[in-house]
Amino acid sequence: MRFFVVKRHIRNRLHTNWMRICIILVISLPFLIGIGLLIKSSFLLKDYSIIDLIFSKEWKPLSGKYGFSPFIISSLWVTALALIISAPICLLSSIHLTQYADRYVLRIIHPVIDILAGIPSVVYGVWGILVIVPLISRYIGPFFGKEISGYSIIAGAIVLSVMIIPFILNILIEVFKTIPHELTEASLSLGASKWQTTKFVLVRKAFPGIVSAFGLGLSRAFGETMAVLMVVGNVAKIPEGIFQPGYPLPALIANNYGEMLSIPLYDSALMLAALVLFVVVLFFNLVSRLAIISLEKNK
Amino acid sequence: MDKQAKITISDLNLYIGKQHILKNINVEIPPKKITVILGPSGCGKTTLLKSMNRLTDLYPDVKVEGKIIIDNDNILQTRQDLTKIRQKMGLLSQQPYPLPMNIYNNVAYGLRISGRKNKRFLNKRIEHYLKLVNLWDEVKDRLKEPASALSIGQQQRLCLARGLAVDPEIILADEPTSALDPFSSEAIEKQFFELKEHYTIIVVTHMLMQAKRIADNVIFMYLGEVIEQGDAQEIFNNPKQEKTKAYLKGLFN
Repeated sequence: MRFFVVKRHIRNRLHTNWMRICIILVISLPFLIGIGLLIKSSFLLKDYSIIDLIFSKEWKPLSGKYGFSPFIISSLWVTALALIISAPICLLSSIHLTQYADRYVLRIIHPVIDILAGIPSVVYGVWGILVIVPLISRYIGPFFGKEISGYSIIAGAIVLSVMIIPFILNILIEVFKTIPHELTEASLSLGASKWQTTKFVLVRKAFPGIVSAFGLGLSRAFGETMAVLMVVGNVAKIPEGIFQPGYPLPALIANNYGEMLSIPLYDSALMLAALVLFVVVLFFNLVSRLAIISLEKNK
Repeated sequence: MDKQAKITISDLNLYIGKQHILKNINVEIPPKKITVILGPSGCGKTTLLKSMNRLTDLYPDVKVEGKIIIDNDNILQTRQDLTKIRQKMGLLSQQPYPLPMNIYNNVAYGLRISGRKNKRFLNKRIEHYLKLVNLWDEVKDRLKEPASALSIGQQQRLCLARGLAVDPEIILADEPTSALDPFSSEAIEKQFFELKEHYTIIVVTHMLMQAKRIADNVIFMYLGEVIEQGDAQEIFNNPKQEKTKAYLKGLFN
């Protein structure tokens, strides 16, 4: 009997350790990736200063000029525009779904959102090429008096906004669901209308959650590669307006990593691009997590 | 009953989906007294309370039939603005749910909603109501702090002040002390005694001791039906129904 007890004890310990190792593996991955990127890009950083690299405009690997600002600015444009387009849609529809609509509507919408989230990004890219790009070159561009191909920052932003809507919407629905019904009741019983309750109480209560939903959406949008790459034009110049083509960071890496030939430091430059991407996404994620923590404290 | 009833409920039936929650409720609630709705958990007390200010509207699968007459108006089919009716009633829930804003704004909220935004007026009213619930001395230096920083007992008194600030005639309290420690509970009960001079108070509770302490008038419910109602002394000392007798002896709990 005692033998079995000992054996079970050992087995228990063994399994605990296995699980611990798995967790350590998962936790250490981001660190390892970060360190790897840092080492790889350090070759470039030996010869150039990081400030110069980030702010200089010229990207000519053949003559040894690695200016990242066209890519960083394109990325910021596309991401910010995508968020501006999708934010009001997400916020209003999540409020409608959780506060106004009948419960069966949410039951129907949920799988629809999941389907949207599950569509491969290359499909969104094709949709962008077939629908959004012609739409911009034929109608939206001429409307603003511009002769353009349609492959532009705005095309990337529109495609991207559609891609992040299901992602942000799902989080927002969960955020609004965590608000207790009694809070709505309290506000209504004080004579507030439903809209006043939504505006003054619910949105305020959900605010940290809303911030974190958009933050997570932002980091997701910042790193999205395929669909954006297909419609954004990929010209390594600082875009002067939203109808100009751009060249976001992820597209730079994806387009060039396979065919670097033997240009010195090209590989290291792309790794630096990846590192910038990594740091920015990490930053957005961190801020969003902090917001979630403060939401839970408020409850 | 000597005076005219403040709230008269007749033939009220309430269904949630196919479940019959409230069955043929006929109740009269006298003005400026404490009416206690007593009964074991899950007998429909809270639902009855919430149907009085139509918070039942929030839930799409709830169906209500019958009449709830407040000040000669059947609020279930009223032409009045629903928000006006709700302002007539302050609600105190089981657990305090302070609004996500600071202490001052929690009380000011209802006033601002109804269009009274004068700063001096608000300051005066807020001080008045916080004093009324004995919270003023504890919070006067920290009115700008979030309400969630208060203790549960303080929050519950804040919620009471918030409800009183919109000048209601009726206070609906749904087991208002169930989340509180004995001291805070006592404070709330004391408050009710002071308030009943001016307000009609309806308290839902399953605590027999509490009911005995505060009730002027009792409605005893069991499984969605009103078993017995009337003067508190009468019901506690001389119950007529078997079920009431059993509950008073503690057989249900």
